[in-house]
Amino acid sequence: MSQLLTVAAEEMENPLIPPIPELVIGLIAFVIVFGFLAKKLLPNINKVLEQRREAIEGGIEKAEAAQTEAQSVLEQYKAQLAEARHEAARLRQEAQEQGATLIAEMRAEGQRQREEIVAAGHAQIEADRKAAASALRQDVGQLATELAGKLVGESLQDHARQSRTIDRFLDGLDDSASKAEATR
Amino acid sequence: MSADPTQVLAFETDCHIFDGCGFPAPGLHSFLFEPLVGDADSSVYFNKTMLLALLGSVIVVGFFWAAFRKPKVVPGKLQMVAEAGYDFIRRGVVYETIGRKEGEKYVPLVVSLFFFIWMMNLWSIIPVAQFPVTSIIAYPAVLALIVYVLWVSLTFKRHGFVGAFKNISGYDKSLGPVLPLAMFIELLSNLLVRPFTHAVRLFANMFAGHTLLLLFTIASWYLLNGIGIAYAGVSFVMVIVMTAFELFIQALQAYVFVLLTCTFIQGALAEHH
Repeated sequence: MSQLLTVAAEEMENPLIPPIPELVIGLIAFVIVFGFLAKKLLPNINKVLEQRREAIEGGIEKAEAAQTEAQSVLEQYKAQLAEARHEAARLRQEAQEQGATLIAEMRAEGQRQREEIVAAGHAQIEADRKAAASALRQDVGQLATELAGKLVGESLQDHARQSRTIDRFLDGLDDSASKAEATR
Repeated sequence: MSADPTQVLAFETDCHIFDGCGFPAPGLHSFLFEPLVGDADSSVYFNKTMLLALLGSVIVVGFFWAAFRKPKVVPGKLQMVAEAGYDFIRRGVVYETIGRKEGEKYVPLVVSLFFFIWMMNLWSIIPVAQFPVTSIIAYPAVLALIVYVLWVSLTFKRHGFVGAFKNISGYDKSLGPVLPLAMFIELLSNLLVRPFTHAVRLFANMFAGHTLLLLFTIASWYLLNGIGIAYAGVSFVMVIVMTAFELFIQALQAYVFVLLTCTFIQGALAEHH
C-alpha cells in the first residue's frame, strides 16, 4: 500500500502545476456559465428589475397624482359650493326685488286701470247725457211745436221758421239752465 | 478492488486499526483520478473533475435559466432566491468596490465567477461527487488568469503605457531613494504574485478542506475496530462538523475570490494608485 502511495506521489509531484486539459475544460465550463448569464439571463432579469422599479415608482407617482387631483377636485368643489351659495343669495335677492317691483307695477297698473275705467265711465255718462240732451231737445221741440200749434190753432208748417224759433227758445232755455247751474 | 492507489478509497480497503494495517492517510493521490475516457499520458482524456466541472456549469446555467428565463415583475419563489443571490453580488460586491457607474459592466463577469466557483466548491460535499473541482489548481488558475488578463488590459487601456506602469508599480515620488526598490517589489507583487495567490488561495482552501474531510472520513472507517470504535464516533462527529464548516468555507472562498477580482478591477480603473 505505502509503495503504491509513493508511486502516486511521484506521478503527481506538484499539485500547483495545472494539467493543460483541465485548464481547457475549466475555461469551457466557465465560458458556458458566463455566456448564458451575460448574454441572456442577466439582461433578462435586469429588464424585469427595471420594470419593477418603474412599477413601484409609477405606483407612488400615481398615488401622488391621485392625491393632488383629489385636492384640486376638493378645492374646485368648495369653490363651486361657495359660488352656488353666492348665486343662491343673489337669486333670492333678485327674486325679492323682482317681486317688489312686480307688486309695485301691478299696483300702478291697477291704479291706471281703475282710473281708465272711471274716466271711461265719466265719458260714457257725458256722452249719454249729451245724447239724451240732444234727443230731448228734439222731442221737446217737436212736442212744444205741436202743443203750441194746437194752442195757437194755426199750423206752423214752415219748418225753417219753426226750427229757428225753437232753437232760439231752447238756447234761451240752455242759457238760463247754465246760468242756474253757475249760480248754484 | 483496484490496485491503483489513485482509485483506492479508504472504504474499499478493508483496513482497520489493530488489523496490522497502517492508516491509509489521504494525500496527493486523493486528488488524482484515473481518466474515465482516454489516457492520462496522451493529455487527451476526460476524468471525474472535468465531468464535475461541466456538470457544475450546467447546473448553474440550469438554475439561472429556470429562474431568469422568463422573469416576472412579481417574482416566484425560485426567481426570488436567484434574485437575492444576484443582488447580493451586484450590490454587496460590485457596487461596493467598483461603484455603480463603473461597476455595472463587470456585474455579469463577477456574478458568473461567484456562482461558478461556489458550485465547483459545493461538489465537495454533494454525495457521490464529493470532490471540490477547485482543489485541482487548473480550475482556479484559469479563472485567476481571466481576471488577470482583464485587470492588466484594463490598466493599460485606462492609463496608457506609462500610466499603467506607474499604476502597477505603485510609483510614488515621495518614497525618494527607496523608490526603485519599492517599484521593483510592487511590480513583482502585482504582476507575478498577485494572480498566483489569487488562484492558490482558492485552490489551497478547497484542497485543505477536502483533505480534512477525507482524513476524518477515512479515520472513522479505519478506527472501526475494538476499542477504536469510540474514537471512530468522535471522528465521525468531526466529519459532520467539518462538512458544515466546509459549506461555510465554500461560499466564503467564492466570495473572497470575486471580492479580490473587484478590488483588482477597481485598482485598474482608479486614477491614483
